[in-house]
Amino acid sequence: MGPLFAKQRYLLDFALSCLWRRRGKNLALLTVYTLVVFAVASVMFFTQALKREAALVLGATPELLVQKLTLGRHDLIPADYTHRIREIRGVGQVTGRLWGYYYDPQVRANYTVLAPQGVEVPERTVLVGAGIARVRHLTRGATLTFQGYDGKPYSFQVRGVLSPESELLSADLILMSAADLRRLFGLPEGLYTDLTVAVANPREVSTVAAKIQELYPDTRPIVREEIRRTYEAAFDWRAGILLAVLSGALLAFLIFAWDKAAGLSAEERREIGLLKALGWDTAEVLQLKFWEGAVVSLTAFFLGTVGACLHVFVAPAPLFAPVIKGWSILYPRFRLTPFISLFDLGILFFFTVVPYTVATIVPVWRAASMDPDQVMRS
Amino acid sequence: MIELQEVRKVFHAGRPNEQVAVAGVSLTLEAGKLTVFRGPSGSGKTTLLSLIGCMARPTSGRIFLKGREITSLPVRFLTDLRRRTFGFIFQQFHLLAGVSVLENVMLPAYPLGEKYRHLRARALGWLERLGLLSKAGAKAEWLSGGEAQRVAIARALINDPDILIADEPTAHLDTRLSREFMALMADFRAAGTTILIASHDPLVHEAPAVDRVVDLRDGRLLTPEAPG
Amino acid sequence: MRKSTLFFTFLAAAVLALGLVLAEARVRMRGELPHLRQEVRVVQTLGLTDLCLATEARHTRHPSQADWHSAFQSHPGALDHFPSGSVLLPPERVLKGYGAPLR
Ligand SMILES: Nc1ncnc2c1ncn2[C@@H]1O[C@H](COP(=O)(O)OP(=O)(O)OP(=O)(O)O)[C@@H](O)[C@H]1O
Ligand SMILES: [Mg+2]
Repeated sequence: MGPLFAKQRYLLDFALSCLWRRRGKNLALLTVYTLVVFAVASVMFFTQALKREAALVLGATPELLVQKLTLGRHDLIPADYTHRIREIRGVGQVTGRLWGYYYDPQVRANYTVLAPQGVEVPERTVLVGAGIARVRHLTRGATLTFQGYDGKPYSFQVRGVLSPESELLSADLILMSAADLRRLFGLPEGLYTDLTVAVANPREVSTVAAKIQELYPDTRPIVREEIRRTYEAAFDWRAGILLAVLSGALLAFLIFAWDKAAGLSAEERREIGLLKALGWDTAEVLQLKFWEGAVVSLTAFFLGTVGACLHVFVAPAPLFAPVIKGWSILYPRFRLTPFISLFDLGILFFFTVVPYTVATIVPVWRAASMDPDQVMRS
Repeated sequence: MIELQEVRKVFHAGRPNEQVAVAGVSLTLEAGKLTVFRGPSGSGKTTLLSLIGCMARPTSGRIFLKGREITSLPVRFLTDLRRRTFGFIFQQFHLLAGVSVLENVMLPAYPLGEKYRHLRARALGWLERLGLLSKAGAKAEWLSGGEAQRVAIARALINDPDILIADEPTAHLDTRLSREFMALMADFRAAGTTILIASHDPLVHEAPAVDRVVDLRDGRLLTPEAPG
Repeated sequence: MRKSTLFFTFLAAAVLALGLVLAEARVRMRGELPHLRQEVRVVQTLGLTDLCLATEARHTRHPSQADWHSAFQSHPGALDHFPSGSVLLPPERVLKGYGAPLR
């Protein structure tokens, strides 16, 4: 153990003694600080996990979505659009999708009604998402009645409930046959909600999109990337709202820290003078303060981050989830896959530990560079 | 071993509130002796001690320590010199409240980064010698005046200084404690420590261990030393 | 015991705790892979393009909609009031006026 290490350890010892001396104030500060780190880290982990999962899952969606616009609003797309789009170079499968919203006044929730291509659903039956099954208390064999476009009731037998495993995607889905969907919504043959277009080579996506636009000026091709980015923006927005709400706490903390750090009391000033009179260097006084700041901020960082990890990934974020995910009647219940990037942690570490530590050192600077003889007269 | 040449200290020089605290003092102090500075309030005793103790620089004049000129040394060297050569006992004791007696004593040694075991043993040794071993874990603010001063003495001695500087050490002590203090100083002097005390307490001047009393008035020596 | 020893112990424990939490997260992420694969399968078989988050709000349930003009709509029966609308439920009055319950 070299003398340099021994010295820093002495300074740490003494810094801890100094913190302990004003434990009331310092513990209060530490609590607020930990809460701030906890809140910021929770929001960060949650948003990141949601974004990563969204990106991963949406990576499997078709590269392009083509929707028809009339008067700047979404309109049904004729089936024969598929033929010419399929002939564009680089385009794989083109599929017409049939889906729509259904608002269920009984539970005041929106469903997404979909006639899937990949799943066979017999007529007069439906498969329902786990969220719907929950709010409507549906089980296999139950009857579900919708009000059709013509105001008449249409009844379906529930053939099954979609796996809760995929609730993040399917909580509000109602799957039915294409014929049933057309009947329920009064949709004529030959029209689809939109088209999905598979493009094998990701670099060709934008070219294909441009060609479709050229071919059919009344369509709007939507690139998968856009959807992903929209989600990211939405999540970031929500994280932003949360952080804005939390900024009150942040501000309180800043005031607290400022008061503690900048408002160097006469007593503290005197003590710094004493240390200097006892043979301490300016640098050593600053190192002492560095340790004081580092102890508080490191403690807050670790307690806050570990707390946030537990909060977000073990106790599914009871405090913030409603805001980040949004409120909903059909709340999807899903386990968040814990993606934690070390880079994010590093950023959090930097922004929690460094500013506070610096803030504790800076105001001491002047006091620490004063002449030690002041102590002789007080 | 300590030599002052025409040392002046002026506060707020050139401003209306200019204050000449030390007005040209030339003085030679021998090693291993106990010297007392005496003088009325405001005569510059404290200022002179702080100049000798490397706590402040003189406005003009030069100070030599063991033949080395210290007035022009950079701050780092001054600090180092101060902590290895001097031990200070302040008038108000200046112990840190809320910190244990042991830590208070060890404080001046922290920057030297010595082995913890050794430092602690030495600090406890001093506390034992001063009859304070049982108080080692106590908080500084719980001590009585006499105990507080002995802690301050232990603190001054922790780095084994050659020179002990005490400013009005008996101001807060009763007669018995003041005598005890001077007896302790006599012990240290006998062990070879140079001791400088500023005081206007007759108990101090008249103590048997005092080798020399230097009288100050208005920042000057009352009887200037014969040169040479 | 020296205070620094206590602090180092605390720090070591904290680093360990964080490490454990992160390791646990990693293990759990691995464990979630089949689940993620299942989600991917659902996306592929049903041809989905959106997540099912807040189903009432089009900007979360169906951002894939071409008419971005109402992307910030928060409820079919509510006036758009994003972003507050994504946090607050529309007033009861508004909900009541939208569609009569099926009998
Ligand atoms: N930092 C300062 N700024 C201005 N004037 C000062 C300063 N320090 C000391 N003085 C002045 O210098 C003079 C000498 O002060 P000093 O403290 O050395 O006297 P002293 O002999 O120790 O007095 P006492 O017996 O009261 O302690 C005083 O007039 C004091 O007001
Ligand atoms: Mg004085």
